[in-house]
Amino acid sequence: MTSPAMRRFGEAAFSPARVWAMLLRYLYILRSSWPRTIELLYWPTLQMLIWGFMSQFLRSNSSYVAQAFGVLLGAVMLWDLLFRSQLGLTISFLEEMWARNLGQLFVTPLRPYEWLLSLLAMSVIRVTIGIVPAALLAIPLYHYSIFAMGLPLVAFLAVLMAMGWALGLAICGGILRHGMGAESLAWTVIFALAPLSCIYYPVTTLPYWLRPLAWALPSTYVFEGMRAVLFGQNFRTDYFLSAIGLDLIYLAFGATIFFIAFRDARRRGALLQMGE
Amino acid sequence: MPEPVILVDQLVKRYGKTVAVGGVSFTVERGVTAALLGGNGAGKTTTLSILLGLLLPSSGTVHVFGEDVLRHRYRVLPRINFSSPYVDLPHRLTVRQNLSIYARLYGVERRAETIELLARDLQIKPLLDRPSGKLSSGQKTRVALAKALLNEPELLLLDEPTASLDPDTGDWVRGYLEAYRDRTGATILLASHNMAEVERLCSQVMMMKEGQIVDRGSPDELILRYGRTNLEEVFLQIARDKRTVLEPVS
Repeated sequence: MTSPAMRRFGEAAFSPARVWAMLLRYLYILRSSWPRTIELLYWPTLQMLIWGFMSQFLRSNSSYVAQAFGVLLGAVMLWDLLFRSQLGLTISFLEEMWARNLGQLFVTPLRPYEWLLSLLAMSVIRVTIGIVPAALLAIPLYHYSIFAMGLPLVAFLAVLMAMGWALGLAICGGILRHGMGAESLAWTVIFALAPLSCIYYPVTTLPYWLRPLAWALPSTYVFEGMRAVLFGQNFRTDYFLSAIGLDLIYLAFGATIFFIAFRDARRRGALLQMGE
Repeated sequence: MPEPVILVDQLVKRYGKTVAVGGVSFTVERGVTAALLGGNGAGKTTTLSILLGLLLPSSGTVHVFGEDVLRHRYRVLPRINFSSPYVDLPHRLTVRQNLSIYARLYGVERRAETIELLARDLQIKPLLDRPSGKLSSGQKTRVALAKALLNEPELLLLDEPTASLDPDTGDWVRGYLEAYRDRTGATILLASHNMAEVERLCSQVMMMKEGQIVDRGSPDELILRYGRTNLEEVFLQIARDKRTVLEPVS
């Protein structure tokens, strides 16, 4: 018979042990396939190499880059962080879809929000594996360290991670609602935001009518803020607070979409059927 | 009179205009092995999914251990488990990793010991360090059963537990389930269209057709009622009855 301790464990509204169990599952998956681990490192490193050499070239050919060597390299790394934080969450989510495992998971006492926490934690791990080696490699190659930004970097990371998660939650909701046909959203949606995020150019480059849309994205504040720091200005607290405010709104929005889609999946019976 | 383990009342599940389950009511008492028997699309898996809380019904109520599953499923889930050949364990993880994760999700104490014991009982010890995706159907079924028994459930829901198994393995699984029920006093509800399995395991059968329970009783009662020699003939008579749905039995 199920022991009283197991019953109490199952009835507890939150259990770090269940979050850890799911995180462990994703770590096992990651460990089981070295090509996947290499893939995590591959794209950020490749991007860093291309933009690093481009920056070296432009340093002697562009006054803009000459003023702040890291303006492109820092931007590409931060953009990759945003992309990877979203992808890190959605890939772990898709692992369950590919394995047709939702039916097994949600007959256990696992709560959907505990699952989400494990997905977020996995996103941090995937981002760290992908971005940190590329950032470290830039130091001997280009004598550029993104870590030299100091505390503002921590603020930028927090804003971009949260934005990636908000987007990831909404995408997972979309996949839950529309099935694996919507799988490609995981890789494509974020690129629609790239031109508006003003990764490599100031917001003033955009036409007037597009600027309000750009300022509606937390990422725009980060890239504008990063340029301000690199060009010797102070850390823009106003940008940071605006970005955090927007993040909170988008996180609430993303989580709402996810939980509505999850409930809808229970209504449609999709938790048992969903998969490749 | 003791409270039934399962109490389903006027359960309805509609998908648009399609009625998957149309007003099903039944009870299952503690320690009983019961079966939902019917052809494809009869509503067996839908009913099981609702009992597990994986699927929300359109109307009706479901109580398990006296708890309303729709409102308090987390009071019920620690005490039940589920196995189906149609829901795999993740392929790339080893059997041990999969079992360990599910044991953690259920809060099983002495995880390693529990897994070793189940592995010994279900004869899957040599498989523990193999990827779950590399197992044969029979091996997967035994591993799925091990997963379903991790929390020593008081209610075990099984969707076609011996589908795609050879007769020898199927017989072994049925024997194991009988032993588990006798040892723990657990209640078992299975959805099946394997008549021999149901005749051997179940003392209560609910015949389903087009989302309704059209007859019920023990296998012997049903065979006698229809004047047949076995449950398969009863099943065929009900399945081939010209009426779309027989009069539902209340």
